[in-house]
Amino acid sequence: MKKYDEVVKNAAGRLVPTILNGEEHIPFKGVGKYKPAGRKFGPRIASCADYPEDGNKVLGSLKEALVKAGLRDGMTISTHHHFRNGDLVANQIFDIAHEMGIKNLRWFPSASFPCHEHLIPYLEDGTIQRIEGSMNGALGRFCSEGKMAGLGILRSHGGRYQAVQDGEVKIDIAVIAAPTADPFGNANGVNGTAACGLLGFALADSQYADKVIVVTDNLVPFPAVPWQIQGNYVDYVVKVDQVGIAEKIISGTTKITKSPDRLLIAEMTAQFCEATGLIYDGFSYQAGAGGTALSIGNYFGDILRKNNWKARFIRAGSNKYPVEMLEEGLVEYILDGQTFDLDGVRSMRENPNHVWTSPFTSYNYHGKGNFASLVDIVVLGATEVDVNFNANVVTHSDGYLLHGIGGWQNTLFGKTTILPIPLFRDRIPVIRDEVTTLCAPGEMIDVIVSERGIAINPLRQDLIEKAKNSGLPIKTIHELKEEAEAICGVPDKPKFGDEIVAVIKWVDGTVLDSVHKVLK
Amino acid sequence: MDKTGTAGNKGPGIRSDVWVAVTPASAGGLQIDIRSKVKTLFGRQIKELTEKILRFFELENVRVALEDAGAVDFVLAARLEAAIKQVVKTDKEFLLPMLEENQTATGKDDFRFSRLYLPGNSPKLMLNAGVHKPNGLILDLEDAVAPAKKTEARYLVRNALRNLHFYGAERMVRINQGERGLEDLEFVVPHYANMVLIPKCEGAEDVLRVAERVQELLLQNNMTHSVWLMPIVESAQGVINAYQVAAADKQVAAMAIGLEDYTADLGTRRTNEGTESFFARSMVVNAARAAGIQPIDSVFSDVSDMEALAENVKRSKALGFDGMGCIHPRQVRVVHENFAPDAPEIEKAKKIYLAFKEAEAKGLGVVSLGTKMIDPPVVKRAVTTIELAINTGKLNIHWLDREKVKVKR
Repeated sequence: MKKYDEVVKNAAGRLVPTILNGEEHIPFKGVGKYKPAGRKFGPRIASCADYPEDGNKVLGSLKEALVKAGLRDGMTISTHHHFRNGDLVANQIFDIAHEMGIKNLRWFPSASFPCHEHLIPYLEDGTIQRIEGSMNGALGRFCSEGKMAGLGILRSHGGRYQAVQDGEVKIDIAVIAAPTADPFGNANGVNGTAACGLLGFALADSQYADKVIVVTDNLVPFPAVPWQIQGNYVDYVVKVDQVGIAEKIISGTTKITKSPDRLLIAEMTAQFCEATGLIYDGFSYQAGAGGTALSIGNYFGDILRKNNWKARFIRAGSNKYPVEMLEEGLVEYILDGQTFDLDGVRSMRENPNHVWTSPFTSYNYHGKGNFASLVDIVVLGATEVDVNFNANVVTHSDGYLLHGIGGWQNTLFGKTTILPIPLFRDRIPVIRDEVTTLCAPGEMIDVIVSERGIAINPLRQDLIEKAKNSGLPIKTIHELKEEAEAICGVPDKPKFGDEIVAVIKWVDGTVLDSVHKVLK
Repeated sequence: MDKTGTAGNKGPGIRSDVWVAVTPASAGGLQIDIRSKVKTLFGRQIKELTEKILRFFELENVRVALEDAGAVDFVLAARLEAAIKQVVKTDKEFLLPMLEENQTATGKDDFRFSRLYLPGNSPKLMLNAGVHKPNGLILDLEDAVAPAKKTEARYLVRNALRNLHFYGAERMVRINQGERGLEDLEFVVPHYANMVLIPKCEGAEDVLRVAERVQELLLQNNMTHSVWLMPIVESAQGVINAYQVAAADKQVAAMAIGLEDYTADLGTRRTNEGTESFFARSMVVNAARAAGIQPIDSVFSDVSDMEALAENVKRSKALGFDGMGCIHPRQVRVVHENFAPDAPEIEKAKKIYLAFKEAEAKGLGVVSLGTKMIDPPVVKRAVTTIELAINTGKLNIHWLDREKVKVKR
């Protein structure tokens, strides 16, 4: 099977294949232009007659569960990434598959982490044919250098849900690692030593996979509540000694930045939002867990306090900072997609206004709406932006895969999307003539805030007008680019091979861009 | 001929810098080994500049190793020149074209609320320093540079004066004490530094030596721009002689006090309240005012405590100081806000400005307010006060229109 075939130019002007790993896919047609037809994927009908009446689905080992689930060559195995770099389960699945001599598996994680570097030998020996999901670090290098047998497919969190729901990706076996579960298969992330908050990324897997295995190190008698994952979807439950390493599940990097330059950018972002009236009593925002995004949340908090306002909700990957705002009464709800620290886990467990969500409620584009488009201010990072406001979040400027798409593409549908970014990093200007990899069409990005000035997308005349007398350093994106190049010099373009190693999907399942092999 | 010259920094945490090793050889041409985290995008540019510099210094056979962490051109050039000059005897200087914006002059009585110290050998901290909008940026050759790095820092500071974007901040350099400081001036004065800070001054002589050398260098280089001097008194002796220091030369525009060394000299410890330095600070303020120059306060060293800094600035302003040093960019705003003109100062400035505009409209050469004549520097200062008030959010940018409306009523 060829990795890909039949390359065409899509509506964004990017050359993309239409046949990926032997299956037909649709090229990007424009934002909101592709209209799906037909019905959702229908999973196999099960019968209670085939499951124990006492509700005890516990098996002796993960291997036994995988064998019972029918693990064989060419299957699609899915996992979630709520344990981040502390995941102990995904690697074990493929250790078992390798030991059984199974080949050509497709790994379909919601994201991969440096701990999954362990899987490289399996990619080399054919146990795993390809990864469809984010590839960072060593896995990113492996794929970028063209060493993966299959074509990588990168999807957003919402795009992953859409792909599963639409039957584009049929999961044979979903393995759901759970901090707490009962023998029936109900599971949650709020209790247990590996507590990670919620299990939303595994929702689609539980609903649509052919076989579902829940793996836990904290097996409690029925009922495990809240049942974030419902046992009615689950085939087998496995008890192991440890599912995840707690200190690596809790990300230690999510602190407010101390860098004066980033603080300046954060402050300017908040000033911009205040000056243009984007912040008001009852507004909502999405802020990531990066150092700059957290300090923006802090400045938003100051503005709310000063005006005696409340935010209606924060869309978050939560940690202690949004939790403090919730507890202070500065915000009414946290709608949480993933929880980054123990304060977040505690708040989710105890506070009914700290709500766990899933890519279905927040991001799925093939649904009857999703709440990403209800958010007033969305603050995101990017590795590159071009003069047409197109943005890249997956590859470094040297062409290597560096980040997953995550919820990034999905949140672009918020009312105003702002990228607070430094104009250059280690001499590499962030604003380019053309992005290396297109992850967001320029029409989705409204504002760039840098330490040297703010550029507003000409499509947002309303913001340009409102920012006029703000006293903020409003510049054109070309001016910002020239300013960075005056300091750094004009960079060369990286050299790529013709070969495509991965593609970037848009939120509707169409193919937005190709990632080319890096020439060393 | 196997001597190797090295300069720059490498290792974890080093950014925007490059470590270079230059080894002249008898044959083999130019052998340049580049290791860089930005090699894909800037490898060609790094190689071209390196070759250009090697040719400039007439090195035809040489091995060069570069370990680059994203150094921009002026940093790479400084490192290479510093390394080359350890192994080659030459009087030549490799200079990149100077930024036009770095050839501007400053005035003796310009506002100097904040001056941000930058270690003279750390390019990482230099590139973005100006965006924090301090009134002055000090490239420090003295205490912030390790003794072994003093020479290579001179090339970096020289190149920074020429090619770093200062974003309107006054370009200042703190030179070393004594002979070394006089040598430092050769790297500073011909490259359009606006102000030289002279550390540990104890008498007029410490200032005069520098003032004379500055004038010599200006003459030698056929330059006429003003290089202002800011002596720093940091000892009991210096405080006692503060007036002699302040009045030593017409180029002295400000005098600062350095409290870390001063309190050590007294045999006491520095406190946030500053009781132990009350005499010294008052002395410096008084001496500076008597000499008609700006008294400038010491730095505040707890960079995490912005509230204590704000208190400190308020005390400082109340004592009569016109500004203070910053050791972290986040301090700049707090210093400005608390030194910024208060309501009565702003009202006075507005009156002067309006009187000036009225005189201008009437074609009068002389501005008067009530029965008082107003000198041009006073008008200029009023304009700056208004600008500062606007910039610090204490005055609406459209205040003039509102004044006109008031007049019409």
